[in-house]
Amino acid sequence: MSFRKTISRLALAAALLGGLGSVAAKADGEIYFPLQSYRVGPYAAGGTGFFGGFIDYLNLINERDGGVNGVKFVWDECETEYKVERGVECYERTRSTHQPAGPAAYNPLSVGIAYALIDRATSDKIPLITINHGRTDSTDGRVFPYVFPLQLNPWSEASATVNYIGQQLGGLDKLAGKKIAVLYHGSPYGKETIPIFDLLAKKYGFEVTQIEVPHPGNEQQAQWLTIRRLKPEYVVLRGWGVMNPVALKTAVKTGFPVDHIIGNVWSNSEEDVIPAGDAAKGYVSVTTHPSGTEFPVVKEIVEKVYGKGVGNLEDKGRIGSVYHNLGIVNGILNVEAVRIAQAHFGNRALTGEEVQWGFDHLVLDDKRIAELGATGLVQPLQVTCADHEGGGAVKFQQWDGKTWNVVSDWVASDRALLRPLIEQSAEAYAKEKGIQLRDCSAANPS
Amino acid sequence: MTDLTLSQPRQGLPAWAGRLPVALLLAVAFGVVPFVGDQYLFDAILVPFLALSLAGVGLNLLTGYAGQVSLGSAAFMAVGAFASYNFILRIEGLPLLAGLALGGVTAAAVGLVFGLPSLRLKGFYLAVSTLAAQFFVQWALTKFDWFSNGNASGVITAPPLTVLGISFDSSVGRYLFSLIVVALLTLAAWRLTRSEIGRSFIAVRDRDVAASSLGISVLRVKLLAFAVSSFIVGVAGALWAFAYLRTVEPAGFDLDRSFQILFIVIIGGLASIRGAFLGAGFIVIFPLILSRLGQALLGDTFDSGVLENAQKIVVGGLIIAFLIAEPAGLSALVARLTRRNLN
Amino acid sequence: MDFLLEVLVGGLLSGVMYSLVAIGFVLIYKTSGVLNFAQGAQLLFAALTFVSLVEREVPFVAALAITLGAMVVIGLAIERFVLRPLVNQPPITLFMATLGLSYVIEGASQLLWGAQVHGLDLGIDDAPIEAAGIFISQFDLFAAGIAGAMVLALVLFFRKTRTGLAFRAVADDQVAALSVGIRLPRVWVAVWIAAGVVALVSGLLWGARLGVQFSLSLVVLKALPVLVLGGFDSVAGAIVGGLLIGAAEKLAEVYIGPLFGGGIEGWFAYVAALAFLLVRPSGLFGQKLVERV
Repeated sequence: MSFRKTISRLALAAALLGGLGSVAAKADGEIYFPLQSYRVGPYAAGGTGFFGGFIDYLNLINERDGGVNGVKFVWDECETEYKVERGVECYERTRSTHQPAGPAAYNPLSVGIAYALIDRATSDKIPLITINHGRTDSTDGRVFPYVFPLQLNPWSEASATVNYIGQQLGGLDKLAGKKIAVLYHGSPYGKETIPIFDLLAKKYGFEVTQIEVPHPGNEQQAQWLTIRRLKPEYVVLRGWGVMNPVALKTAVKTGFPVDHIIGNVWSNSEEDVIPAGDAAKGYVSVTTHPSGTEFPVVKEIVEKVYGKGVGNLEDKGRIGSVYHNLGIVNGILNVEAVRIAQAHFGNRALTGEEVQWGFDHLVLDDKRIAELGATGLVQPLQVTCADHEGGGAVKFQQWDGKTWNVVSDWVASDRALLRPLIEQSAEAYAKEKGIQLRDCSAANPS
Repeated sequence: MTDLTLSQPRQGLPAWAGRLPVALLLAVAFGVVPFVGDQYLFDAILVPFLALSLAGVGLNLLTGYAGQVSLGSAAFMAVGAFASYNFILRIEGLPLLAGLALGGVTAAAVGLVFGLPSLRLKGFYLAVSTLAAQFFVQWALTKFDWFSNGNASGVITAPPLTVLGISFDSSVGRYLFSLIVVALLTLAAWRLTRSEIGRSFIAVRDRDVAASSLGISVLRVKLLAFAVSSFIVGVAGALWAFAYLRTVEPAGFDLDRSFQILFIVIIGGLASIRGAFLGAGFIVIFPLILSRLGQALLGDTFDSGVLENAQKIVVGGLIIAFLIAEPAGLSALVARLTRRNLN
Repeated sequence: MDFLLEVLVGGLLSGVMYSLVAIGFVLIYKTSGVLNFAQGAQLLFAALTFVSLVEREVPFVAALAITLGAMVVIGLAIERFVLRPLVNQPPITLFMATLGLSYVIEGASQLLWGAQVHGLDLGIDDAPIEAAGIFISQFDLFAAGIAGAMVLALVLFFRKTRTGLAFRAVADDQVAALSVGIRLPRVWVAVWIAAGVVALVSGLLWGARLGVQFSLSLVVLKALPVLVLGGFDSVAGAIVGGLLIGAAEKLAEVYIGPLFGGGIEGWFAYVAALAFLLVRPSGLFGQKLVERV
């Protein structure tokens, strides 16, 4: 259709080639974040928000502070469309650039890409950050020194959700004899928490029914009719993409109260509820960080980044949205890790290995969070050599048709219960791969 | 109406003209590339290129030679990858290559089952029914975690690439490993197309009824085509998983991948082994060039989303333009060009 | 018993939605032998254009008219720049061209309207009404009504108008149609426009069900088994096939699914269609789709 146009565009590109020459190599006194972003395709709405927030925060540090301890951040974007092989290509394209320091960390925000990078990043000694997602067992830093499922892994999320339901019912002991249905996306991501819900059901004596929705999830009549027959007290929604609004709409169609559906961390954004329209009113979901623009750090981004016209989001209405704020939180965690590593290695551009040390020793307490202007936005966090999650708490929010309102305080997960299972799974992986466990006994005296 | 008449097989090129460049290419691929390439070239371009080329060769046997269209190639890749993984994991001391071969055999068996409808269905009816394989396999691999050795995330990780005590676990190693496997299987496929079996494939493609009157069992030939093709596609899947991505989940073998392989076959040229490589080159490398060019030239003006969408339009438009200009594929184009140069 | 009935009704209502998409395929295939995979992209483009216009405060009717206009233009362009140059090419080549086309349309819609997701409110409530003890969604009833009306309109169009007659002549026998002076390109244009209209209607209805977002283009996968069952060239087959597939899929998910741990809907429809063809090789309406070997 626009074939002629594209030809002329190509010709233009070729003409420019002569004039521009090669892109200037970046100076090496900078900290480099290669971004495997996705602004196209089915998950583009999440990608633009998250990477927009991450870039906005890096820009804020550059604009306001002149970088971290005088070292500026640089980044470039490589589009993945959320496809694994494109993410891998982006990784290979960037992994040895910006020498001598090289990339500080990778933040793909994609389960599939993260899996494919675990081996690569580990052997290249570059941290791989999978905030709020990723392999649960990569929490075990003894086996996965370079992988960081910061804040919340999927199992902690499941545990915290059950704790919240217990709270709503008036105590965990009230869970006994109740029914909970889990509606999950038919993918490895969706299945990841099946054993944990079973375990928690046994522990608290509730009855759990786990129902799969085949990808992409645009038809859920059968599943919701099953739920209707089951009459559970709560439905936990572990959705992704189009599955979320369809779940909410079908719930309404089959007469299930939406305020008894609890969405997980990938069912909790504006993009998940807006397509459902009125059907989403009253829906509750997990979040690791509230949305909204009232946090000082977000205000500063509006003022100092968007004020100067370098903001990344095209639609300013999305500032402070769930994905944008997640990007900002991700920015804060990455920058703090760099700061901590600099305190140890010196105020300069750092190698991936040095940044890994920073993540391994990442501590965010209430005081530091307040200094960052992020009180209530980021949870206190202590990452150690053995524990690469560090947080494990969530808040719950409710959609009123226009915005998300936080309806709970931090709800912790039962990390003591989960830890042995995580270690068991990680050790099995280590055995399969012949990995020597890292000794963490001396690393973090705390 | 439903019959997918396919292009004629290429003929008429002098025999040496076909073989000399291949020998030359192989010499370069084995003798020069390993010494001059860097990690990016191996890990991000050549290894996926080789794996997809092999998948293209496999599908071309089925679609190009035997005339049966399949939209389920990615499913057979997945079967090959997961089966190889399980054989190597569960049979102590099983050599890697034997694991790959067993994975291919499993894929062939699955291909045989999903090829059964071809006995009654033709054209698009068959093509759409192969989607059953696509969705069923992905579902089964995700559903039953035995396939991924109980991994909660449903992913498998590559076994060490060691053959006869030689480790191929480096960039060059993985490239060489893929190259050897691909070269051997391609040679086998090429021999097959020149054999009695290959001719029976073509006979069935061109005219079912006539073929059966010539004493060819159409039923057997079609199933054989599905089995052989799925074997090769399955090994390609194992290469994709072990040598390229190294950690894969079933979702990596989705419908888009099936379409990608079909594109490789159509753009490269039906019933042409060389076409599969040309097609894979186009599908793997061309978008990369486009994306890097776009980023280098216009990256400062537009964000990556705009560039990517523009790139999508360009790729789609070029595919259409190419199908209009050269419906017989890149291999026909190359054949014409070489012939012109020779004259 | 009530529950079974509820599943059945829900399945039939979903099935109507599948039929809607399937009809778009049938229209094109019947006249030009193309399995138009770009149908999903067209549907996405229509819904996205409409909803973006409405969000920019264009009145409902005007937005509908503009989108319709855009779909007509796209239909014309496809006929002129894709289909006509590829005439007489093998069906597989045409199929791949429509795949390429879907990249172009998907890229263009996102370039034009962005990657944001949108809600689409057609003013019909989702809430169920109770009839004879079972719950039926108002929206699904409404969608079924619209789909039915559109099918009726298409049938009338093809039976009562000159273009419709020409369409049927071409579908029956291209050579004969040419020899009596029917101009093929004109019929193609009409058909691609009609398919554009179908894409618009199904885009709006599916858009209201799913929200308007990229995944909308994936609904074609729901229509393909319907086509295998009902035949690529039968409007009646698309309708009956859609109903059968919808009902079978839901019943299977609810009653058979739990045996395997659920989630079987994705492939069950294809297997069901195949099984049906094996039992009754002539298909739903006796098309010549299966050939002896």
